[in-house]
Amino acid sequence: MSILTLENLTKTFGGLMAVDHVSFSVKEGEIFGLIGPNGSGKTTIFNLINHYYTVTEGKIFFQGIDITHKHTHEIAQLGIGRTFQKVKPLKRLTVEDNVMAGAFARETTFAGARAVAQDVLKFCHLDDVKNMKAGSLPIGGRKRLEIAKALATRPKLILLDETAAGLNPGELDEAIDIIKKIRDELGITVLIVEHIMKVIMTLSDRIHAIAHGATIAEGTPAEVAKNPLVIESYLGSDYNVENYLNA
Amino acid sequence: MEKEKTKILEISKTEYIIFLGAAVLPFLFFNSFYIQGLLIFIMMWVMLGNSWNLLAGYTGQVSFGHAAYFGIGAYAAALPYFHYKISPWWGLLYGGLAAVILGYLLGILVFKLRGPYFALGTLATGEILRLVFGEEEWLTNGHNGILYTTTWVSKYPYYFIALALAILSILSVKMVMKSKAGFYFLSIREDEDAAAALGINTKKYKNISMAISTFWAGTAGAFYMIYMGFIDPEVVFALHNISIITILIGIIGGVGTIWGPAIGALVMVFVQELFRSAIFGLAPHWVSGLHALIFGLLVITVILYLPGGILGDWDLIANKFKFSKRMRSSS
Repeated sequence: MSILTLENLTKTFGGLMAVDHVSFSVKEGEIFGLIGPNGSGKTTIFNLINHYYTVTEGKIFFQGIDITHKHTHEIAQLGIGRTFQKVKPLKRLTVEDNVMAGAFARETTFAGARAVAQDVLKFCHLDDVKNMKAGSLPIGGRKRLEIAKALATRPKLILLDETAAGLNPGELDEAIDIIKKIRDELGITVLIVEHIMKVIMTLSDRIHAIAHGATIAEGTPAEVAKNPLVIESYLGSDYNVENYLNA
Repeated sequence: MEKEKTKILEISKTEYIIFLGAAVLPFLFFNSFYIQGLLIFIMMWVMLGNSWNLLAGYTGQVSFGHAAYFGIGAYAAALPYFHYKISPWWGLLYGGLAAVILGYLLGILVFKLRGPYFALGTLATGEILRLVFGEEEWLTNGHNGILYTTTWVSKYPYYFIALALAILSILSVKMVMKSKAGFYFLSIREDEDAAAALGINTKKYKNISMAISTFWAGTAGAFYMIYMGFIDPEVVFALHNISIITILIGIIGGVGTIWGPAIGALVMVFVQELFRSAIFGLAPHWVSGLHALIFGLLVITVILYLPGGILGDWDLIANKFKFSKRMRSSS
């Protein structure tokens, strides 16, 4: 059963076609990868799903409900959590308060919100820095805080926008582990945008590739990686994919 | 589940002592109407400072037009008296409400703006109201203003009313900031987009913050009318004397702290009076013209050395003193 469906999603900025009739469907319980070169419209699609941008044409369905014209906060309350590529920590609040702000989406009491925050902090390996100001976290922590904030809203679907970018190899493995656990242990469907092949190829059940705002391929990681269009437009013609698939 | 009980309102011992001390204060100056008058103004500024601080300091919506709500509160008290001889005292009830309604209506416009644009938008709304209330003489008696013979000569009743309102304004902000709404205000201040992604209805919570804020600004305005017995648009909608001073009180006292506006009001009224009276008549007369300049210097100093305000950077100040003490003892 599909949890999120995009139908002919289109977004234009003036004369620029940022997203060009993109359609795909994310099944419940899968990790779905969205890839494409820089500027191909991945983040724009996220911003359309969350209604930071208004859709020019097409429709977005979440669990059968048309959310195309719902407000950002309503979409979050329906159960779509998201992280930002350019991280947005609530800088002058503590890490715990950041997560609690998210937890209040479903909790009404402080005790309840704090309990949810506690679980999420532990899950994201942030409980030992929970009293730090979010603005003073290093980038690895900030990326995990993004995930923690989104998880605290108890989403059914989480949109991860390059949560592994800028991490060192150790942090990268930690991030992959967390993302895997989000689906396996929490049962949350994951829609992930990522440039790092190691992350996207090892995690995704299916991948949707776009270039210049339009769909070029969809399938399993192996299928997509072998697709000549993808290799040409995204990876470059001299890029050896096999190394990454076997890694 | 109920192991962590969050009380809706906690008043510490220190705060009780401050409230009691404030209640005793006018009796210490029983022979000076002048100082009692200043104390009343301090309380009025505490209300305005709190009002601004909730919206700007805690919710991040920096208003440059709080005179609009102060003025509308004052006129809400004055106009029924002017036209129908209804006592302006009722203004304490509906002055705040009038400001809330105005705040909601203006919010539809200015909340579409963010950051510096919001500040400019609010600045404009304050100025527009000043001009409108000056021109529409059939309604407001224009620049002639509205005159009302004050109820009492004694300052004591006014002081205690102002004190009660000031305390209520402090407690109301304290209570809101202890609630989920307060949590949301802070989230909106830190990042409005991130807040929306967390399921926070930013528009709604900005309006709630605006409503509480404007209520106290309007109540302060109504009180001003009752106490002074005279208002005109240039006074109550003043950009410099109301809007800007309100901001300075917030900045000097400590933006986003419960007691910051109270401390800011104390400092500002003192400094203002010091220079307005040319250091109580001791300095040459031209010194009284300097107060705007001194405010500017004060703000620059605070922003440079105490960006969190007196209360926000209290640790910094305390450390400075400790440090200089140690220096003295070692030398």
